[in-house]
Amino acid sequence: MLRFLATRLARAALTIAMVVTFAFVVLRLSGDPAQIIMGADAPPEAVDAFRSAWGLDEPIWVQYFSYFWAILQGDLGRSMRDGRDAIMLVTERIPATLALTLPALAIKICLGIPAGIYAALHRNSLADRVVMIIAVAGFTVPSFVLGLLLVLVFAVQLGWLPSGGQESWRHGILPVMTLGLGGAAVLARFTRSAMLEVLGQPYIRTASAKGVPWRAVVTGHALPNAAIPTVTIIGFMVGTLIAGAVVVESVFSWPGVGRLLVVAVANRDLAVVQCILLLVAITMVCANLIVDLLYGLLDPRLRAAPRKAA
Amino acid sequence: MMPLVRLTGLSVAFDGAPALRGIDLSVAKGEAVGLVGESGCGKSVTWLAALGLLPAKARITGSVMLDGQELIGAPAPVLERVRGGRIAMIFQDPSSSLNPVHRIGKQIMEALGLHRGMTGSNARAEAKRLLDLVGIPDAGRRLDAYPHELSGGQNQRVMIAIALAGQPELLVADEPTTALDVTIQAQILELLQSIRRQMGMALVLISHDLGVIAEACERVAVMYAGRIVEEAPVAQLFDAAAHPYTQGLIGALPPMDGPRRRLAAIPGGVPEPWAMPPGCGFAPRCQFRSAPCDAAIPGLMGLSDQHRAACIRVAPAAMPLERIPA
Amino acid sequence: MKAGGALLEAEGLVRRYAMRRGLLGRAVEVRAVDGVSLKLERGRTLGLVGESGCGKSTTGRLVLGMETPDAGRVSFDGAVMPQPGSAAWRAMRARMQMVFQDPLGALDRRLPIATQVGEPLEIHGIGARSERAARVETLLRAVGLRSDQGARYPHELSGGQRQRAVLARALATDPALLVCDEPISALDVSIQAQVMNLLVDLQEQFGTAMLFVSHDLRAVRQVSHRVAVMYLGRIVEEGEPDGVLHEPAHPYSRALVSAIPHPGRAGQRIVLQGDPPNPADRPSGCAFHPRCPVATSLCARETPALKARPDGRLVACHVAHGEVSAGQGHARQEAA
Repeated sequence: MLRFLATRLARAALTIAMVVTFAFVVLRLSGDPAQIIMGADAPPEAVDAFRSAWGLDEPIWVQYFSYFWAILQGDLGRSMRDGRDAIMLVTERIPATLALTLPALAIKICLGIPAGIYAALHRNSLADRVVMIIAVAGFTVPSFVLGLLLVLVFAVQLGWLPSGGQESWRHGILPVMTLGLGGAAVLARFTRSAMLEVLGQPYIRTASAKGVPWRAVVTGHALPNAAIPTVTIIGFMVGTLIAGAVVVESVFSWPGVGRLLVVAVANRDLAVVQCILLLVAITMVCANLIVDLLYGLLDPRLRAAPRKAA
Repeated sequence: MMPLVRLTGLSVAFDGAPALRGIDLSVAKGEAVGLVGESGCGKSVTWLAALGLLPAKARITGSVMLDGQELIGAPAPVLERVRGGRIAMIFQDPSSSLNPVHRIGKQIMEALGLHRGMTGSNARAEAKRLLDLVGIPDAGRRLDAYPHELSGGQNQRVMIAIALAGQPELLVADEPTTALDVTIQAQILELLQSIRRQMGMALVLISHDLGVIAEACERVAVMYAGRIVEEAPVAQLFDAAAHPYTQGLIGALPPMDGPRRRLAAIPGGVPEPWAMPPGCGFAPRCQFRSAPCDAAIPGLMGLSDQHRAACIRVAPAAMPLERIPA
Repeated sequence: MKAGGALLEAEGLVRRYAMRRGLLGRAVEVRAVDGVSLKLERGRTLGLVGESGCGKSTTGRLVLGMETPDAGRVSFDGAVMPQPGSAAWRAMRARMQMVFQDPLGALDRRLPIATQVGEPLEIHGIGARSERAARVETLLRAVGLRSDQGARYPHELSGGQRQRAVLARALATDPALLVCDEPISALDVSIQAQVMNLLVDLQEQFGTAMLFVSHDLRAVRQVSHRVAVMYLGRIVEEGEPDGVLHEPAHPYSRALVSAIPHPGRAGQRIVLQGDPPNPADRPSGCAFHPRCPVATSLCARETPALKARPDGRLVACHVAHGEVSAGQGHARQEAA
């Protein structure tokens, strides 16, 4: 078990290092931050002064190592725009994002899983078809389209809810719905196919053949097995708690991490962008780690070396 | 003797294609009956239908009487008491027939709770006794094992222990040894026989292998294309098979001794359910086929007290048209 | 049948695999085949029989060069088998073909049968285009398929017909050797008989030598001239099928024979205790000793060699050779 954890942690650290490197390279290659922040008609001396102040005149590998070294010491740099610590800028936005993504995750799970189970248990029924049509729609319609549609109906036509901003809890309803419904559709599809796969297994027939009532067959025999693949997709959703709302935050002008990321990228505010990406990578990796541990919990076949009978 | 289970005119169709076309079969208390036939002949469907274990799209007609109680169309609580409690069933692939995420002790105790109201340490002790009974070494520890930690043969023993948990009057074993190695097959057959002797339980053994049935059963019913084509005590079937299909099955077995003869292979293959011949299902492959074979489906005719066959050649003169089931 | 003489000779074949137990378990060396020697004469059939994991299928792949042995050598038609993958090996492979258990998996679902039967002719550049079509038709007829069935796709045929198509394709290059790995186990009883008859007919017609790998001793007797019984990577007995079946010399062969279910079986069955052993955890001495009813302490220490009895039967057993008198089974002795 310790060895298992150690290897997983080492792999997680490697993943994060790769994300950091990738972000660094892409951002440096995609434009000169000094020029963008100072403006196109800034005097060249001012731009040069900005470069040397931020260390941008050093060779790229020197920048890379000093950046990496700083991260290892917990220093994520400062925003090139207002000089505040990047980590502060990012963390003060996290509550706003979680205010959207956590209720959305609850909707995904509470709506998606029961819908998927119901559809699987009533395969080919009217309810199954309706659930699947909605699920496919939710799957294929991009979140900005869904968001705009909701705004059109509930804000513009009906005037029930505000279309953007963050003044009250009512402002959160539409973005949360946009995030939650799309995810619920994905989860419903996954749960349904996992359930159908499990219901076709011989051990389900065994359970029925020993006289287990159908409800208990579903809850006691089918669900624990169907949970195994479903956990993967939920894990992925947990991983997107921080960064999964970029589009929706933009559509609804919600001041969360996603909006900050869009602005920071546009400004080539390196430290902030890198800080967000690092945060995203860490949440993703943590979610994966939790999924792996859950796998071991849910599926005895995956637990360490089998005690094969002699 | 009053039969324990009597199937009458049991028929099953999936999406309009017939899988079972009128099965009449009875099993007496404590009797061992074999059901033999090739894939798709309906031998497994017969018992899945009898216990209500087929998917909802299956259209089932006919009757299955257990001790005077009708099972076809019976409400779910009635069927749940019968399944595992009075009629238990085990399947071909033991390793995938056990739930991979539950310990085997739990899977046995579940049946004990359902049919004998046993819980807690009582159930655990009984589960251990059952594992001992089916010959699992170190039963106490094995209660906490998962199916993937056991071999195929041991998993089949666990399946048998689960089946015995409800103290059933009939055990239906559907190809219980097909997925196992030859020497393990011998172990399981031996176990089934010794348990049947100990418990006085009836056994229905479903198999494609006449040899397996010959060893474990007293009576055998041969199935072809959804119907029983011959029924006889085992010895009689091998000595004097009356139906050309049964003769073909016996002739297709490579002999153990004597000169190497060419096997009497039955030409062609089994008809598809949606393209059943109008008359005798076996007619297209039968070397004795004649015009009357295609006219109507022959019913089972008695050759002797216990020997019946569904072939017009058995008793062509005594072929009353009104006995032909629809 | 052509004149005799060894077509295929294998000597001391060994094949090891590294197997990991569990997610993080240490790699264990598994000897799938552990010193197998065999000889197959032209136009004859050698049956290779044993339970799952005994190495019979691996042996079949080794003699074709589909896997490279870790030790030992194979010679075909008097010449040492060329390096697998080399041009010389590919040329030789036209003369030896393989037939698998699952005919649907062996056929390409997207191509009609006749095209697939003709494929080896194209690959090995045999005959002109017009001749090939005629050859395909001859082959289809030889395996009992109608020429109009050549236009069908694999899923349109029954299991037995598919196995016939696979056989037709294997025979296209007129091979001298056919390795059949469980060719009938996936088929229904009546179809098994058809395919066994076909194998015997084809051998008569084309003089093909066959290595018939099966778990079914009765099927092996039906089609083979000699039979070798394998247990845990080794041949433990080899001889004439009737001899082995009626008077098995090795205790494992005896158990295997007695396990064959058949009506009117005389005498008490020998039911082996325990499961087939794990190749990753090979017992010392004779690998069969923990399950053997007559094992002695010698059996647990020393591996018996496969050698001929006075009557010519090859057996690997201390007891059968009279080197020690029959014991009570080693495990029981230890327990006592």
